[in-house]
Amino acid sequence: MIASCADPKTLEGLTWLMCYLTSGKHVLFYLSFGTVLVLLAVTAPVALLFGFGGAMASRSRLAPLRWFGRIYTSMVRGVPDIIFFLFVPIALDQAFEWLRARLYCDPSVPIRQGNEFVVCTAAKLPLSSSPEWVHQTYGFALAVIAFAIVFGAFAANVLYGAMTAVPRAQLETAEAYGMSPRQVNRRILIPQMWTYALPGLANLWMILIKATPLLFVLGVEDIVYWARELGASKTSAYSYPHGDWRIYYFLAILAFYLLMTWGSERIFDRIRRRLSSGQATAAGEAMRKAAT
Amino acid sequence: MNRLMLAAAALALSAGMGMAQTVRIATEGAYPPYNLVNDAGEVDGFEVELGNELCKRAELDCTWVKNDWDSIISNLNSSNYDAIMAGMSITEERKQSVAFTQNYIPPTASAYAAPDAGVDVTTAVVAAQISTIQAQYVAESGARLLEFATPDEAVGAVRDGQAEAVFADRDFLVPIVNESNGAMVWVEGQDNIPLGEGIGMALRQSDTELKAKFDAAITSMKDDGTLNQLISKWFGEEGVLY
Amino acid sequence: MNQCLQTIQDYALRSIGLGEWMLPRSDFTLCQQITLIGSGLIWNLYFGVLALFCGFFLANALAVAKIGRNPWLRKPAEWFIFVFRGSPLFIQFFLVYEALVMLPRAGIDILGLTIQTSWVTKAWAGALLVLVLNTAAYSAEIFYGALRNLPKGELEAADAYGMSGWSRYRRIVWPHAMRLAWPAYTNEAIFLFHATTLVYFSSFPAFRQQGDSLYYANYFADKTFNPFVAYPIVAGYFILVTLCLIAIFGIFNRRLNRHLPGAATRLRYRPNLVR
Repeated sequence: MIASCADPKTLEGLTWLMCYLTSGKHVLFYLSFGTVLVLLAVTAPVALLFGFGGAMASRSRLAPLRWFGRIYTSMVRGVPDIIFFLFVPIALDQAFEWLRARLYCDPSVPIRQGNEFVVCTAAKLPLSSSPEWVHQTYGFALAVIAFAIVFGAFAANVLYGAMTAVPRAQLETAEAYGMSPRQVNRRILIPQMWTYALPGLANLWMILIKATPLLFVLGVEDIVYWARELGASKTSAYSYPHGDWRIYYFLAILAFYLLMTWGSERIFDRIRRRLSSGQATAAGEAMRKAAT
Repeated sequence: MNRLMLAAAALALSAGMGMAQTVRIATEGAYPPYNLVNDAGEVDGFEVELGNELCKRAELDCTWVKNDWDSIISNLNSSNYDAIMAGMSITEERKQSVAFTQNYIPPTASAYAAPDAGVDVTTAVVAAQISTIQAQYVAESGARLLEFATPDEAVGAVRDGQAEAVFADRDFLVPIVNESNGAMVWVEGQDNIPLGEGIGMALRQSDTELKAKFDAAITSMKDDGTLNQLISKWFGEEGVLY
Repeated sequence: MNQCLQTIQDYALRSIGLGEWMLPRSDFTLCQQITLIGSGLIWNLYFGVLALFCGFFLANALAVAKIGRNPWLRKPAEWFIFVFRGSPLFIQFFLVYEALVMLPRAGIDILGLTIQTSWVTKAWAGALLVLVLNTAAYSAEIFYGALRNLPKGELEAADAYGMSGWSRYRRIVWPHAMRLAWPAYTNEAIFLFHATTLVYFSSFPAFRQQGDSLYYANYFADKTFNPFVAYPIVAGYFILVTLCLIAIFGIFNRRLNRHLPGAATRLRYRPNLVR
C-alpha cells in the first residue's frame, strides 16, 4: 500500500495504525460493506417481485394457485428465516447440479454415492476451471435467492394486505366505467395500493437491512466474516500482531447498521408524505386541511 | 527458498495457460502456521506453500478456497471443491466419509495449554474447536467440553477465563504460549499427547485418481527432503521431521 | 419401534445434559434426529419464554419513560430503543459477548462483596440478556405507539372520576394500551421465538454439546451431508411453537377484550410486520 508500511515491525503509534488500517486485508473488509449494499440493492427488487407474485397468487380465482400463494405467504410466519437461509442454498445447489447431471453426464453413474454428492465434471456449477470470482458470485447469487424467497413471502403478506385495503368503492367505480378486471387491476388497484403498502414495505426494508449479517452464516465473506478475522488476536506470524480487537470491529459494524436504519427512516418519512397527498386516509385528510 | 518461489512463478504461468486439470483445494485460513489469511488478504501458510508445490509436481492447476471448518467435509462431499488441506488429522472416523492421502505431517502431538500449569484436565472446563479430534478426545476424557467454531476463539475463551484450558495441536499453540509472557503455559504432563495418524489431504472417496497423483507428489517431496525444509521453515525447531 | 423408545430415553433431555453422553456418530436414524432436535427445542423455549416475560416488564417501563415529559428518562429510553431496534440481533449477540468476556475474571468488588462474573458469558445467561434487551426495545416501541393512540375521551373520563397518577395508569391507561398493542405484540413474540435460533450461530459457545434445535439440526446436516431431513424437522417444530403461541396469545386477547361487545371473537391475527 503505502511505501513506508513495508516493515510494520519498526513502526509505532499513529503510523502503525495508519499502515494497519490500510493493509490489504482491511481493504477487503471495507469492500465487504459494498457486498452488503449490493445484496440489499439486488434482493429488494427481486423480493418485491416474488412478493407481488405471491400476493397475486393468493388472490387468484384458480384454487391450486391460491393455495400455493397462501402457503408461500404463511410459511415465513411459522418458520425462522435462518432455517431457510441454511437450507435453500444447499438445496438449490444440489438441485441445479442434479438437473445438469441429467443433461450432461452418463446416467448410469449414480449422483449420490453413499455420503457423497458427485456429478461429472461437465455438470459442475460453476465449472471447477472457472476463476474464483465466478465461484464467489455463484455463492452470492444463491444467497440472494434465499433472501429473496424469505423476504418475498414477507412482501407478499404486505402487498396482499394492501390490496384488500384499497377501498372497495374505488374498484367498483372503475367497474362502473366498464373496465375489465385486468384494467381495474392495472389502472386502479396497483397504483392505489402503494400508500397502504408503504408502512409495511418500509418495515420490511428495515428487517432486510438487519438480516444482512446472516450472509456470514451462508459462508459469504461479508463484514462479519472480516470483522472476526481481523479482530481475532494475532501472533507474530502476522505483520501486525495485536490482542483481541473484535469488539472494536463489531462496534464499527454496529455504527454502520445504525446509520443505515436511521437514514432509511428519514427517507421513508419523505416518501410517506408524498404518497399520502390526495388519498382517502387520515394522513391525506390532514394534508388537505393543512393546505386549505 | 528460491526454488519454491520459482515453483510459484511456474505455477502462475501454467495456470495462465490453463492446460492442466483444475483442482480446487479448501482450507480454513484461521490456523496459523498451517494455514492463515495474511495481511494482504490472501491465503498463506505451510499448507498453502506445500499444496502449490504438490500441484506443480502432480501437474495440476490448483486454486484455493476458504471454507469454514465445521462445514469443510460436507462441502467436499457435495463437490464444492476437490480437496482439503486444513490441518486435518487422519482418523478412523473421518476415513468413513472421506479418503486421505498419506500424511504430509507426521503424527503430531496435541497439547493442553492453560494459565495454570497444575490444572486437572480430566475435570476442568476445556475449550476445543468443534468437530476436531481434540474435541472428541476432550469429550471422551470426561472433562467439560466447550466447543468453538474457530481455534482462536477457543484460545480466547481461556484468556477470558471461560475455560480453564485449551486443547489443540501443539504446533498451533506453540507461538501462542511463547508470546503470552507467561499468561499461558503448558499443562504439566499434558503437553505432548499423540493423537491421530498425522495430517493428510482429504479427498472424496471416489477420486482415486487424484489421490494417487497427490500421494506420488507427497512421496517425491519426502524423498528429496523438500518437505522437511518446508516443515522447518514454518514450524521452526519444534516441527517434527520425517 | 423399541429401538426408537430407547433413543428417546437416551436423548430426549440431552440438551440439558441428562441421558446418553455421546451424540450419535454414525448410522443416523430419523428417530435420533427428531428426538435430539426436539431436545434442543427446550433451549429455544427457555430463551423465548424467559426473554418474553422479563422483556414485557422492561418494555412497559421503557414505553412510559419514552412518552413521559421528563427528558432524563425520555432521552435514555429513546436511545435504548433506537440502538436495539436499529441494529441486527446477530451483531448485538457478538458485541455483548465480546463486552461480557472483558469483565474481570476474578469478579467485581462492590462494597466488599465479590460478584462473580464468569457465568454471564454462558449462553443461558448472556444470550438471554441480549434477547431480553432486544425484545424489550421492540415491545416498548409497540407499547409506546399504543399509549399515543389512546382515545382522548377515556383519559378525560378518568380525570372526571378524579383518578390520577398510578390509579389512572393501572385502571385505564395500561389495560387499554395492552388491548391496542396486543396483535402487534403477538407478532413480536413469534419473532422472538424465531430469533432464539440465532443464539448458537452467534458467539455463544455450545457447552458440552448442549445446544438448541438448530445446533443439533446443523450437526446432523453436516454429518449426513443431507439438508433435506434435519432442517425440515426444525421447521416442523417451529410451526408447532408458532401455533401454540397464537393460541396462548389469543386467550389473553379474549381476556383483555372480554367487556367489549362481540369480545368472544377470536384474535384477528393479522400478520403485520412490526419488526
